[in-house]
Amino acid sequence: MSIKETKFNSETLALCHKLMKRYPEGKHKSALIPILHIAQAEFDGWLSSETMDYVASILKIQSIEVFEVASFYSMFNLKPIGKCMLEVCRTAPCWLNGADELVAYLEKKLGIKVGETTKDGMFTIKTVECLGSCGTSPMLQCGAKYYENLTNQKTDELLENLKRENKRQTYTAY
Amino acid sequence: MGRKLLIEHVHVPGIETLEVYRSKGGYTSVEKAIKTMSPEAVVEEVKKSGLRGRGGAGFPTGLKWSFLAKPPGVARYLVCNADESEPGTFKDRYLMEKIPHALIEGMITSSYALGAHTSYIYIRGEYFYVARILEQAIDEAYAAGWLGKNILGSGYDLDLYVHIGAGAYICGEETALLESLEGKRGNPRIKPPFPAIAGLYGCPTVVNNVETIAAVVPIVNEGGCEYAKIGIGKSTGTKLISAGGHLNKPGVYEIEMSISVEEFIYSDEYCGGISGGKKLKACVPGGSSVPILPADLLLTTANGEKRMMTYESLSDGGFATGSMMGSGGFIAYNETACIVRNTWNFSRFYHHESCGQCSPCREGTGWMEKILHRLENGHGKMEDIDLLWDIQRKIEGNTICPLGDAAAWPVAAAIRHFREEFEYHVKYPEKIKDPNHFHKQSFLSSKQSVTI
Repeated sequence: MSIKETKFNSETLALCHKLMKRYPEGKHKSALIPILHIAQAEFDGWLSSETMDYVASILKIQSIEVFEVASFYSMFNLKPIGKCMLEVCRTAPCWLNGADELVAYLEKKLGIKVGETTKDGMFTIKTVECLGSCGTSPMLQCGAKYYENLTNQKTDELLENLKRENKRQTYTAY
Repeated sequence: MGRKLLIEHVHVPGIETLEVYRSKGGYTSVEKAIKTMSPEAVVEEVKKSGLRGRGGAGFPTGLKWSFLAKPPGVARYLVCNADESEPGTFKDRYLMEKIPHALIEGMITSSYALGAHTSYIYIRGEYFYVARILEQAIDEAYAAGWLGKNILGSGYDLDLYVHIGAGAYICGEETALLESLEGKRGNPRIKPPFPAIAGLYGCPTVVNNVETIAAVVPIVNEGGCEYAKIGIGKSTGTKLISAGGHLNKPGVYEIEMSISVEEFIYSDEYCGGISGGKKLKACVPGGSSVPILPADLLLTTANGEKRMMTYESLSDGGFATGSMMGSGGFIAYNETACIVRNTWNFSRFYHHESCGQCSPCREGTGWMEKILHRLENGHGKMEDIDLLWDIQRKIEGNTICPLGDAAAWPVAAAIRHFREEFEYHVKYPEKIKDPNHFHKQSFLSSKQSVTI
């Protein structure tokens, strides 16, 4: 694998500057979280210290200001993850409708435990707290998409589709 | 059929587009407000409507708006709280996903009323795809002249932006949300000063829930007094309820606040009864933070009155025998559900989501999670139940923000109403080894009412 330089292309950089303009003069630090999302999507799905330093340089703030935010929010990964992170909601309404069974099924199917990544770097399983999908449980999030009312069969199909697509699933909407 | 003011047109094809939304009367509240009303008159209508904050606290919206400081030359902000994260709650997601323009319209009308020229919608990061839908709707609104400079030739300017979060329940607390919007960790601020005096960037700010903002549209269109005719007493208008758990028809329902809890659960118009042909055991009527109630106390108050889906009726009896409307996250449990496991699940949630600023919450939520875990897994002792009670009491009221209370209340209510079930876990550890221990045989308490 070639080492990618931690730098946005001009288009992405322009997008960052556009986002910074959404906030009043001198308050552009507000754009930190949106830009971290972009950076995470751009640089392999996680925030390395190089990536965080780079984001700090765009916003002209200290690296520690970026790290303290990145380490607070659960959607920022401070370690590498698989191309597809399967985020299974485990909170009560989902638990009532089979979230534990869904996690067990994924673990068996992929041969890994929660928090681990498959050897081919394709899948990571993560359990997360309420995703606001309580009426359509059990469910999981992968990238920006919600997969709801999951059964074993639907889970199989999802995994097959993700494998076939073979690309990194990211949250970014911009 | 009850009246629907927010999601009446949800099934109209293309309602997410400005064109179709407009054809159903969309954006008339903006026209009416900007062309024919002063900002103060709009605030007055909201006051008359009796609208209460739909995010959970139920504080009167008009009153909150009237607290907004207006020092000359200082910017004011309206921030929409779309950080919906309370377990059991998914109504805002539904509204934004299906009818994004209802929120955009409400934001414009409300911003006008408050004199805000820049407004933000803070949406939880996990709802990225919903943010995309909102951004498209905002682009359409700009192109059609509903946003931007000189709206409808009135001289009123408004910019509206979506701001995405990154996964933190605490950011639903309004001051944590403002910290997060400023690009910081979501640590709640000490109040006072309240956001109405010093909020976003230190400027006067109103933070309102998505549903609250959307409700401003029918209030301005039909008048506050008309809106107040719906509902009972101080529970005026309609409320979105997101129903989940063991129900035949989980989903989002708009109800007039005048129906009974029984009708909501069992009628085919709403949840259609308990799933799997089972009996209702318990219910959390307003999101994970509010007290859980056993079925008998849910359907009938301690005074023997029918429990209604209103702020007052749901809280009738206080915490001893009542609960709360909260965010409208309605979770039903059938007889197979284990209350200890549910309480452990909630405590794990609050432990995970505590921001860590205040030690009672940071430490206490972790202790409660550990104790509940050992009770649920057959390693509990009888004194653990009193210990849990003691810990939750020391968290409640002793933290900067209400997350501490939110973590304490579910534990207190579970012990209050289901103490025998906790004792059963200690007495018969071998019977609860199977994580689905009440699936084959449900736990029947001799009395499922007040024990403390």
